[in-house]
Amino acid sequence: MKRFALAGNPNCGKTTLFNVLTGSTAHVGNWPGVTVDKREGKYKKSAEPVSIVDLPGIYSLSPYTPEEVVSRNYIIDEKPDCVINIVDVTNLERNLYLTTQIMEIDVPMVIALNMTDMLEKQGDKIDEKELENRLGIPVIKISALKETGLTELMDRAIKVSNYQRKGYSVLEGSEIAHLIGDVRIALSGQNVENPLFHAIKLVENDEIEVKMHAQTVKMVEEFKATFNNELFGTDFEALIADARYKFISKNYSPLLIRRQKGIRTTKSDNIDRVLTNKWVGIPIFLLILFSIFHLTFSQNFLYLGGLINDNWVSLSGTAFEGLFGSGEGLSSPGVLLFNLMDISVSYLFGLIGNGIESLTSTPWVIGLFNDGILSGLSAVLSFVPQIVFLLLLLSILEDTGYMARVAFILDRIFRKFGVSGRAFIPMVMGFGCSVPAIVNTRTLADEQERTLTIRTIPFFTCGAKMPILAAVSGAIVLAFNIGNAEIITYSMFVLGMVVAVLSILVMRGTTQRGNIAPFIMELPEYHLPSFKVLMVHLWDKIKHYIEKVFTIILASTIVIWFLSNFGWDWKMVDSITDSILASIGRFIQPLFTPLGFGSQLGLFGWVFAVAAILGLIAKENVVAGFLTLSAVVLATFKLDPSGLVNSGILSPEIIAQLETLIASGEFGQEGYEVVAMIAATGIEWPGLISFIVFNMTTIPCLASVGAARGELGKGKLKLTVLFWITTSFISSAITYVFCTMFNEWSLWSILASVSIILSIIIFIIVIRTLNKKRPLNKKV
Amino acid sequence: MKKLSEFSIGEKGIVKRIEGETRIRRRLLDMGVTPGAEIFLRKKAPFGDPIEITIRGYELTIRNTEAECVEMEVIK
Repeated sequence: MKRFALAGNPNCGKTTLFNVLTGSTAHVGNWPGVTVDKREGKYKKSAEPVSIVDLPGIYSLSPYTPEEVVSRNYIIDEKPDCVINIVDVTNLERNLYLTTQIMEIDVPMVIALNMTDMLEKQGDKIDEKELENRLGIPVIKISALKETGLTELMDRAIKVSNYQRKGYSVLEGSEIAHLIGDVRIALSGQNVENPLFHAIKLVENDEIEVKMHAQTVKMVEEFKATFNNELFGTDFEALIADARYKFISKNYSPLLIRRQKGIRTTKSDNIDRVLTNKWVGIPIFLLILFSIFHLTFSQNFLYLGGLINDNWVSLSGTAFEGLFGSGEGLSSPGVLLFNLMDISVSYLFGLIGNGIESLTSTPWVIGLFNDGILSGLSAVLSFVPQIVFLLLLLSILEDTGYMARVAFILDRIFRKFGVSGRAFIPMVMGFGCSVPAIVNTRTLADEQERTLTIRTIPFFTCGAKMPILAAVSGAIVLAFNIGNAEIITYSMFVLGMVVAVLSILVMRGTTQRGNIAPFIMELPEYHLPSFKVLMVHLWDKIKHYIEKVFTIILASTIVIWFLSNFGWDWKMVDSITDSILASIGRFIQPLFTPLGFGSQLGLFGWVFAVAAILGLIAKENVVAGFLTLSAVVLATFKLDPSGLVNSGILSPEIIAQLETLIASGEFGQEGYEVVAMIAATGIEWPGLISFIVFNMTTIPCLASVGAARGELGKGKLKLTVLFWITTSFISSAITYVFCTMFNEWSLWSILASVSIILSIIIFIIVIRTLNKKRPLNKKV
Repeated sequence: MKKLSEFSIGEKGIVKRIEGETRIRRRLLDMGVTPGAEIFLRKKAPFGDPIEITIRGYELTIRNTEAECVEMEVIK
């Protein structure tokens, strides 16, 4: 089967073309060794089907980004039968710049002149016949969006793929043509394939080529000694780039006849008058961001709660209770999706669970499937539609071209913290789910920036951490009668972001010192997103999450189930208190003492340690874990109330609380599982707040760790995990100490606060002096 | 001669020379900021940086630090 490769600039309509050519046959993988998506599919409308590979969008074949290296290696090493070079005709000069580089490779090629419908709409014209003559390569007018010209494009591509093509360079008339010619002959003598392409790259002093052809480099160096250009000196890289553009504007650009000459004001420019406006640009952005969160997470959609009679909204008594809303108000579309999925998953899994129980009566089989796999999966699956919805909204912003503008207006602010405006996109995705957010960091060109962003993404409270915030802060209000659950939740949200900013600043001063990545970015024209392309981009984001749900999360759910149901003697235990998990919890419990939820707690204090371990698997497990554990606590208490009283483990107040809790019958409602834990352990509210902070800033779920490993590599992942552990310990210890000052004002809390402040000051001084001693090496 | 970073909104000019470290210069060249190219400073971001320029018929955004590398000749 023939293999064609699609190559072209970003935003030239490449994904759209790939989609209409390959339809449902497309699938996405990774290029070996790098985390760049590799899309492959089949074109079936020709006599013989053709396999099509979509190369990443690039501006040049230089060796600076993984995308560029992947594309050039594919064309050179894998030798596709034909390269289809997509050229956005509305942006002709810059698109042809890449064409002039691909042309130099000995590979058959055709040019798909895309967006010709847009061109005609603008009243402009292109002489594509003459362009074809001058380029010496078939040029076919198409519109990927309107699906015109595609059959002709593929027919001609199939035709040219039957013939060899010799590379040709537009540099042949330039002042260094001689040098290129000499190097090409030398390389041909060494039997190098694609001698012209390699010769030009060698003259450009391209990193990869210099390593490959160390001998021939001498030739270039000798020539350089005798050469001097008044504008570029001996910087051949710049000279060549310049020569390409000169050739393009002299020979190809005149073939595009524009109705309106000079600088034009397009529709996009008019939209940008408002969206990137000096005064309203940022407020509009904040409004859009707020709307996205409101649409996704709000339980009081459009703030209609007060107007709505909750009897018909909450559907109480039916199977769909709470689907469209609750006493608080209407469900936003995101919450509605969550509820729908939650209801259907529990219904479906309930059926499966019953089915399993009817098949077997072996307790461990039922336990493994029903309590382990099914309940673990249902906790995770319920979030999927809501996260997909958030990612859909973000994909729409990306596909319209707005996200590039967001980077533009935020760059100044973000740079203050040490990253560029582009880091905003993955960070905001982190509010939905860290996994797609971490994967999205591959759009960041700079490695340091990528590392910083990946490390801080978990601090942006993801969907799965929301229940921890809601349940624990709800319980704080119930049990201690202080504060307001929403304010606690909101301030924890903000705290996460503050930790993110602070830790970026610290890393920028220590391990990740360096210059901020350059910010040279195209602002593509605004356009309505096409549904198909939107779905492709959405799927790119979700698939990593779904993959992780059914691999890492599923596997770890089984492990956790085993640990919490078996004792060290490999026998099933009656109560989780005798399980392996509980003994691990007791063992690591002292670690959490400085954070307020460790050894200072009573008989059941280990539950917080266990919940934190469960959270490492998936943050949904934390509250679910409390639910299981609180049932055990209450059962133990019911069995033997006097025993616990007499042993002195539980104080009379706690016993009283537990008794009211059981009597109230409200157990099982949100917040009450945590109240039971509070009653049983005697934990104070500072410890609980610190527990929230710990879960928010520590190692995220295993799925995110897996994603981070994919993007960072093994070595850096170890340091990153260490970073997460350290950050969570430091930030929750500080939170704990800070809160105890308001709780029980003791000498200890003052001493602790003073020592925290002192160590921060010492840390800053040490880093400052160290950094002065080793100034930054400017990259040359 | 004037640096691109010193341009005000609405000013037009021709690129004369590009300086700066290799990585930045190479990127600028790849994006079409080459000697002889016409640049129109369309706008500045809310805090005056980065800037948006029209070059070769499309919109490009760069920071002032990168714009400092581009020497221009103003045209009326």
